[in-house]
Amino acid sequence: MSTDTRKLISRGASLMALVLPLILSASYSLAQVEGQPAPGGMGLPATVTDVGHDTQFFYNGILLPVITFIAISVLGLLLYVSWRFNENANPVPSKLTHHTGLEIVWTLVPILILVFISVPSFRLLTKQVEIPEAKVTIKVTGNQWYWSYKYPEDQGGGFGFDQLMKAEADLEPGDVRLLSVDNEAVVPVNEVVKLQITAADVIHSFVIPAFSIRMDAVPGRLNETWFKAEKEGVYYGQCSKICGKDHAFMPSAIRVVSREKYEEWLAESKKKYAAAEMPVRLAASEVAR
Amino acid sequence: MASSTAGAHDHPRGLRRFLFSTNHKDIGTLYLILAVIGGLVGMLMSVAIRAELMHPGISVFPGLAQMLYGADPSMATDAGKNLYNVFITAHGVLMIFFMVMPASMGGFANWFVPIMIGAPDMAFPRLNNISFWFLAVALILLVMSMFVEGAPGMMGFGGGWVFYPPLSSNIGHPGPAMDFVILSLHLAGASSILGSINFITTIFNMRAPGMTLHKMPLFAWAMLVTAFLLVLTLPVLAGAITMLLTDRNFGTMFYDPAGGGDPLLFQHLFWFFGHPEVYVLILPAFGLISHIVSTFSKKPVFGYLGMAYAMVCIGFLGCIVWAHHMYTVGLSLNAQRYFVFATMVIAVPTGIKIFSWIATMWGGSISFRAPMIWAIGFIFVFTMGGVTGVVLANASVDRQLHETYYVVAHFHYTMSLGAVFGVFAGFYYWFPKMTGYLYNETLSKLHFLFLFVGVNLTFFPQHFLGLAGMPRRYIDYPDAFASWNYLSSLGAFIGAFSMVVFFYTVIEAFMKKRYAGYNPWGSGATTLEWTLPSPPPFHQFETLPRITGAEHQ
Repeated sequence: MSTDTRKLISRGASLMALVLPLILSASYSLAQVEGQPAPGGMGLPATVTDVGHDTQFFYNGILLPVITFIAISVLGLLLYVSWRFNENANPVPSKLTHHTGLEIVWTLVPILILVFISVPSFRLLTKQVEIPEAKVTIKVTGNQWYWSYKYPEDQGGGFGFDQLMKAEADLEPGDVRLLSVDNEAVVPVNEVVKLQITAADVIHSFVIPAFSIRMDAVPGRLNETWFKAEKEGVYYGQCSKICGKDHAFMPSAIRVVSREKYEEWLAESKKKYAAAEMPVRLAASEVAR
Repeated sequence: MASSTAGAHDHPRGLRRFLFSTNHKDIGTLYLILAVIGGLVGMLMSVAIRAELMHPGISVFPGLAQMLYGADPSMATDAGKNLYNVFITAHGVLMIFFMVMPASMGGFANWFVPIMIGAPDMAFPRLNNISFWFLAVALILLVMSMFVEGAPGMMGFGGGWVFYPPLSSNIGHPGPAMDFVILSLHLAGASSILGSINFITTIFNMRAPGMTLHKMPLFAWAMLVTAFLLVLTLPVLAGAITMLLTDRNFGTMFYDPAGGGDPLLFQHLFWFFGHPEVYVLILPAFGLISHIVSTFSKKPVFGYLGMAYAMVCIGFLGCIVWAHHMYTVGLSLNAQRYFVFATMVIAVPTGIKIFSWIATMWGGSISFRAPMIWAIGFIFVFTMGGVTGVVLANASVDRQLHETYYVVAHFHYTMSLGAVFGVFAGFYYWFPKMTGYLYNETLSKLHFLFLFVGVNLTFFPQHFLGLAGMPRRYIDYPDAFASWNYLSSLGAFIGAFSMVVFFYTVIEAFMKKRYAGYNPWGSGATTLEWTLPSPPPFHQFETLPRITGAEHQ
């Protein structure tokens, strides 16, 4: 390799050293509207749940630095070896083919790194899967291609409704294309909400990125997950299991409000959705039973 | 074996030579041609997909549906949405079963496993022939599936390459398209099982005198592990899709909860095959990258035994981690814990391989010929794909990233960059041996440059999209995702352009006819294929080579 190429490699390396920290720091989520993706975002979206904060700490604080370090180390080693041992710099190859010490090190060090990662990983996993006592339970059913919700009677509900994406022509100021829906689901702030998720036809998946929840809606199964939103607002998600033609057009939207407003909404909705002739009334009584 | 009767064989020409071929090199060539066809169609589909995703809104596919199916303009949007799903499905199936597998396993392994172990041919030459033609018919069935009804009133099967019921059963796709896909998979699976049996028998029984398993080249080791993975897991897929077939046509309820079945049963069975399958795609690349790195560093492979048994270990672990594709289906806490643990362990043997490649280069005298550039590119992009794999192994983080573009970026870094770079590295490494001609090195490096820049530009921004929450298999996305999608599409077009350079490189090599000789790569190329002329004679090793040391590893 000529000296020119060497210069090029070292220049490339220094450029990478400059650019990479920029990319990494940008990946920490900056100020943005919670509940929907930020334009040009490079990292995890702003979160409003405890599980979400832990997830972000685990990804941004542990996983991302570790994997960045590994990737850059391998890149650095490759560049160094290419520069140091190219045939001009090193015309006579060594015959080294074994080094037991080295082989033990590069087996043990990854194991230690994995152990280091696994501790917070398992702690967070337990937190996500073990559902705390919940005052609010909502049944969510995936359909081709919309979500429907049922609020049980013994918690002040006893109604159900379908949630469909707003067509582009119906969007009002403040709405988000492909995310805004006709009927938002409403939950109280700072309370544990348990979702029971199933599907009526094919498999769907219920996701709210800002809550760090994701649960498949599988016909014949009642999956459960939970969240406790710390901040009022509207939080969007999109179906995440391919479900046919309109897979990309069945968003979900949850509005988080104060307890008082939640009660008001329950009372209003009871009238509103009871008036509409819907088969869900049957199912709602089923929940109450 | 074949060598003792070789004199009695004539040398068939023309159609007879290829249609009825029992010669491992000719069958390898057929596989490579099939891989080029499959890869070309799969790539054109990915270009259409990226063109659609370049800007928010639906723009490309309605027109495409009108062109392909003559869809009524009033129905064009719906037909377009469906066609998009059909394309992402076919793109995946084509690239896996009809591009990477035929190239690395059908093409390179058929060509070079017998030669590398000093055998005159494969153990079962006629079985080898039927393996290929099964695959060719499977490809035809897959293409036909796109032109018959799938979802009501729609053409083709659009449920992703994972074929999850009920979307793939009568509820989601009542038309015959899915039946065509199932039969196509049956044939492709039978082809791979027969091919694998052939490789296992060949490697166990037909090594040249003196070539013990521990002196066998790593590419042959890689194929041995790959063949075992396929023989162990493909029957499970065959069973799964057969049950799907009877669910669809004969009223069984294996996957229908209404009759006591369970849709998740299919997912378990599918991924019991599906996860080893991704190692089937990458292990051959692992093997040949070892040879390329060793050849151009002019050094033997560092830690040969560690490299061989790392692949065995990866193969074993690959069979016991399937449910890490299913963290969000509602698995119990303990099941998730187990699959997190087992999955993370795979990083250890994979790390051994990466470090051993670098250690092979260490102290070497590296010549940067085209295959070496591709191999170094492979090591880097595979590391990138590997580390995001460690991220996704954690069920807790996967909760945030599952079914997003983060996953798409991850598996394209290991497959579309990793496995494909491996295939191209092998192609440029063995092209002089297979054809007898040298290609233009500068053109090959130009091909590398365009593809490397193109695919990195395509897939690196997809990490950001996935983190921000963009789901995969979406024809349209919220406007916030527009900028990274735009860059990603530009990258895909650059990557597609690199294929023009590739074809030009190949055509130029055939036109210029620069003779390669026995060994164009010099003293580092020690495996047995470099002791033969290029191209090798129709029947090689009529007198078996006698292996004494470790010189042909």
